[in-house]
Amino acid sequence: MKQLKVKLILNHKITGNYWHLEFESGLIARLARPGQFINIRLTDGCEPLLRRPISIHRVKASKVGIMYEVLGKGTQVLSAKQPGEFLDVIGPLGNGFTYSSAATKPVLKKNILIAGGMGVAPLVFLAEKLKLSKPLVLLGARSKKQLLCLPEFKALGCTVKLATDDGSAGFKGRVTDLLNLVLEQTEARGLFSCGPHPMLAAVARIARENKITAQLSLEEHMACGIGACLGCVVATGAGYRSVCKDGPVFFSEELIW
Amino acid sequence: MVKPKSPNLSLKIANLDLKNPVMVASGTFGYAQEFKDLIDLKKLGAIVTKTITLRGRQGNLPPRTCETPAGMLNSIGLENPGIDKFIREKLPFLKKLGIPVIVSLAAEETPDEFVTLIKKLEQHPEVSAIELNISCPNLKKDKLIAQDAQATLALVSSVRKLTGKCLIVKLSPNVTSITEIALAAQAAGADALALINTLAGMRIDVYKRTPKLGAWVGGLSGPAIRPVAVKMVWEAYSKIKIPIIGMGGIIDTESALEFFIAGAAAISVGTANFIDPGASLKIIAGIRQYMTENNMQNLSQLTGRLKACQG
Repeated sequence: MKQLKVKLILNHKITGNYWHLEFESGLIARLARPGQFINIRLTDGCEPLLRRPISIHRVKASKVGIMYEVLGKGTQVLSAKQPGEFLDVIGPLGNGFTYSSAATKPVLKKNILIAGGMGVAPLVFLAEKLKLSKPLVLLGARSKKQLLCLPEFKALGCTVKLATDDGSAGFKGRVTDLLNLVLEQTEARGLFSCGPHPMLAAVARIARENKITAQLSLEEHMACGIGACLGCVVATGAGYRSVCKDGPVFFSEELIW
Repeated sequence: MVKPKSPNLSLKIANLDLKNPVMVASGTFGYAQEFKDLIDLKKLGAIVTKTITLRGRQGNLPPRTCETPAGMLNSIGLENPGIDKFIREKLPFLKKLGIPVIVSLAAEETPDEFVTLIKKLEQHPEVSAIELNISCPNLKKDKLIAQDAQATLALVSSVRKLTGKCLIVKLSPNVTSITEIALAAQAAGADALALINTLAGMRIDVYKRTPKLGAWVGGLSGPAIRPVAVKMVWEAYSKIKIPIIGMGGIIDTESALEFFIAGAAAISVGTANFIDPGASLKIIAGIRQYMTENNMQNLSQLTGRLKACQG
């Protein structure tokens, strides 16, 4: 982990409130693992005061990409940053996904990636590392317009199945209901998921019922991002643990729901 | 031209020797280890650890932090591994740094806990000073010790008898009169006062109509509380003789200087560690520059040198 001033290369809207930002940092690009995040300072002033933790979406050579949803003051400030500006970032931070990039033989046992909304961001980075095993990606969103990163997953050779709440694309219903259907026909090697808390809780339950391991990337408000303040804790079998340092990725059986 | 002499930033508080007057505040710096990849820890004046209790504590229900205008609320609830595990697992790293280590201590139930806590630390010369946290707003108590002059006097007196180490007492801003409590701590034999702990506060999610913190209420820190802290340091400085370690929303050199001029002998950087881990080192350099530019040779030419408004 390092605190760095990095040069912003691009920062644009993808669709709706979703944005894509890329910056130059050979160091973070080299060290980053899927599931890890960076902590971005938004202003030299006091408003908003705290950094914003955002997971690493892609790494290409010395370029690091993130995706974010403009929801509040912090992300609004971030979306106004222009290419050429410098960003104060600390990273890479946290514990990412545990995985093996080896191909699965036979390719029957699938790595299944389950993404809800913005949770898709770190899973593209993971899919890249898992591409030899041709992972199955289940993408969930409210409607077709909010589905993200479909071309990226396809370009990586992933099989992608969609679920939308309104049925405007793919399966009509929750992505976790789609997961249940998929598991009736597919043998899973492991589940990897990121998205809203209720979705992760459902993935954890499905993993338990099917006796599969699931790794879940959690999201929490953070103050320090490095395990010093003990603000972003989650209840686990071993007591409270920091999402920023012990996580953000946890095995589902570690967590108490 | 004569090159100005580099100012002397060192100071002594009782038997605590500091090479510069900039510390990191309890609870905002973990046990220093967390920051080792981000800053040169050896340059800090001192490190104040997260508060340690006799037994380990799980801390409060999450969510435990929440951003506020120019500040943040926390309700960590003194999560810590307990004194034995602290000595075993955290102290060795701190010892290696070779800078003063100030251990923050709190009692959960009765003041007797300090007897054991201090006895255990007496065997460790690398612990340079003790900070008594009698002002944490996140323990579910009706009244803090630091909200009662008699209780402060009694507790600090009893702890004073237990240790020859520099004894710092951290006071709460959630009081009617800070000087009353400061005088009680001084009379009890405190070597220095740390001013201020967080201000009690609350935020509400208006859509869910729930508090934003799991513990409902927490302690407010950051630049938002700085004017309150500066005023309390100034107020206490005029009435007490022992040194004051000022803190509350310091994020840069200018905000640090406010505290010195108000009467602080040293300062602590707190919430700013989360935002800019290097803030304290920048402040050390900034103080040195300010003193050089204003022809000050030592900190006594800075502390408490507040003048009345002119005109």
